[in-house]
Amino acid sequence: MTPRRKRLLAVLAIVAGVGIATALAMLAFRDNLLYFYNPTQVLAGDAPTGRTFRIGGMVTEGSLKRTAGTLLVQFVVTDYQHSVPVRYEGLLPDLFKEGKGVIAHGHMTESGEFAADEVLAKHDENYMPPEVAASLHTPTPARVSQ
Amino acid sequence: MIPELGQFALILALLLAIAQVVFGLSGAARRDPAWMAAARSAVVGQFVFVALAFGALAWAFVERDFSVKYVAYNSHSELPLFYRIAAVWGAHEGSLLLWSLCLSAWTLAVTAASASLDPPFRSRVLGFLGVISVGFQLFMLTTSNPFERLVPAATEGADLNPLLQDFALAVHPPILYLGYVGFSVAFAFACATLLEGRLDAAWARWTRPWTLAAWLFLTIGISLGSWWAYYELGWGGWWFWDPVENASFMPWLAGTALIHSLAVTEKRGLFKSWTLLLAVAAFSLSLLGTFLVRSGVLISVHAFATDPKRGIFILSFLTLVIGGALVLYAWRAPRLKSSAAFEGTSRESFLLFNNAFLVAALALILLGTLYPLFMDAFELGKVTVGAPWFNLMFLVPMLPLVLLLGVGMHAAWKRGLLSSLKTRLYAAAGLAIAGAILISAAAYADLKPMTTLGFALALWVMLSSLLIPLARLRARQPMPAAVIGMVIAHFGVGLATLGITGVQSYKVEKDFALGIGEAATIAGYDFRLSALRSVRGPNYGAVEADVVVSHGGRPVTVLHPQKRFYDSGGNAMTEAGIEVGAARDLFAALGDDLGQGRWSVRLQYKPLIRYVWLGAILIALGGAIAALDRRYRLRVAAAARDAVVSAAP
Repeated sequence: MTPRRKRLLAVLAIVAGVGIATALAMLAFRDNLLYFYNPTQVLAGDAPTGRTFRIGGMVTEGSLKRTAGTLLVQFVVTDYQHSVPVRYEGLLPDLFKEGKGVIAHGHMTESGEFAADEVLAKHDENYMPPEVAASLHTPTPARVSQ
Repeated sequence: MIPELGQFALILALLLAIAQVVFGLSGAARRDPAWMAAARSAVVGQFVFVALAFGALAWAFVERDFSVKYVAYNSHSELPLFYRIAAVWGAHEGSLLLWSLCLSAWTLAVTAASASLDPPFRSRVLGFLGVISVGFQLFMLTTSNPFERLVPAATEGADLNPLLQDFALAVHPPILYLGYVGFSVAFAFACATLLEGRLDAAWARWTRPWTLAAWLFLTIGISLGSWWAYYELGWGGWWFWDPVENASFMPWLAGTALIHSLAVTEKRGLFKSWTLLLAVAAFSLSLLGTFLVRSGVLISVHAFATDPKRGIFILSFLTLVIGGALVLYAWRAPRLKSSAAFEGTSRESFLLFNNAFLVAALALILLGTLYPLFMDAFELGKVTVGAPWFNLMFLVPMLPLVLLLGVGMHAAWKRGLLSSLKTRLYAAAGLAIAGAILISAAAYADLKPMTTLGFALALWVMLSSLLIPLARLRARQPMPAAVIGMVIAHFGVGLATLGITGVQSYKVEKDFALGIGEAATIAGYDFRLSALRSVRGPNYGAVEADVVVSHGGRPVTVLHPQKRFYDSGGNAMTEAGIEVGAARDLFAALGDDLGQGRWSVRLQYKPLIRYVWLGAILIALGGAIAALDRRYRLRVAAAARDAVVSAAP
């Protein structure tokens, strides 16, 4: 084999390797991408049924309910236009508070409740999830037409 | 008055940094000794003024000067002195000042240690370091001034984020920054080399200890962050594949590839342009990390700044520095030819594989980190790449990397592997596989294929590392510091692999609702909540629990998790109770009062987790020992000799 052909083969091998690796990586993406939706999108039916996603917004003041003596908590997530009730069994993060931003991971149940398996609140107590901030500042079609 | 002096010092530092760029680069072009000397004086002056500015800000914190906006936002009159000082870099503005201080300190060190280098080359290095300095100081003065006054002054500060009131996180940023900024030395060296179009062994030898030093600081910085997340965030995780963690891990991977590729460039004169590209990449990724964290583009638990002006500035600076360096590379790198033959099982080949796998891992993490940003930018939806993806993708290049590491360490330059060595390596591999099956079957009674593979690779690397000193002792060969460092660092890689495999395979985490006297069981350990009481700290009150742990009726320990309420208000903080052990950690975190006398409690069993950080410490220690090798200190004489040789024709 001439050095030229050897080099060509090496280059082809690298290209094939990188191609296969990229294809596998993208394939694995499909199962591990977590989509984010706000309550308005969830109620409009944009969120997938039967797979998990993330919902984010502000915790409605006065909506936090505990079932005394158990880990069960229920609260309402709102983007100030629509609201979705959330139920969660476990420890809430330190920065979880009514009137503050929150992101929950889980799925919608038949009863229209979001069953969370993980609840995230962010470092800064005045924090609002960027997605929530964006959806609060995006004018709704109704307002634009006025 | 002092804050104004600080700001004035910062402006003077910027002017001196500009002088450093102008005199450094044009002095070298004109080969004017007076101009080049002026660049060196500018370095010293710049360091003095940045240090004064830093001192002024520290003074404002120590004296609780709440008329300074940054101090008012990040301190409190009751904050203990140690954290008042750590608060200097607790948020955006001050951490940039720290970045700048680290950079001018590195530049000063380079200036002091580079007298033996060719004067125009030395001057160009200082010029390029100056460019980075100008960028950061301009950024601070135009968008993020730490000395801005608050009119009227606040009567009380808003307090330092309680999460940051912790020893590990107080020292984490300076150490991490020393690493990030340290790669600027290799970067400036690469740019100066490309500009001159000439790369010799002396260059690689000179760059190696600097790169090692930066890399070991980064190693320690990342480990501290991981350790802090484990005990302070109250979740008990040690790595989340959070974009901010990835931002510090990517330059580390590039730096790891760089220190290995530099070895080939120094010893064999190969991989020249690749090494330069890695030097550019390591620093570019440090800058990218700073951009990702500081511009607020990420949906991340760590990003505390959200100001588009800042984002645009950093993005422009990033484009200028990385783009400029890549243009320089495209223009000059073809001049640097390396040609030498080596065999398939020579050390060169193994280091080539090392670089390929490290860069593959880096590319995958970069893809996973930036993908959500692209999706967002093109309005394709808001997504996050989940940790399972990173865990899976990271394994793909890491498994062959660790496997080949065990052989590669023993390979000689140029030649293939010796057959006498092969016997010993087969023995080590057999021992590793047997040991792995024994650990997973006997100690954990759970023989999972991936777990056993992880343990086998860990033991394989550890045993293989130990073969080197054994063989050298038997043959009565000397053990230079570089070899000792390599053995320790690679043994650390094995130890960290052992820890990661153990904790990821056999950890147990569960939340419970416990009343006083009630108990819960995980992994064979009984956790009984026996008492709750109120305690006082310097600036907080807390509820503390006694969690009595027993195993098969035998008492093991009493954990004391706390829920803290800081006097300055704000949210409660969880302090986990952790019992550290060689075989496992036991972890309890206190949640909320659930009513009916019960509290929510998170209990965790973390086998072998200590070895993750112990491994990282050994990796950093190995780097430190290698950086102190005598060879690098003899370089003064060697470099002078090389200079004579290259000047002769």
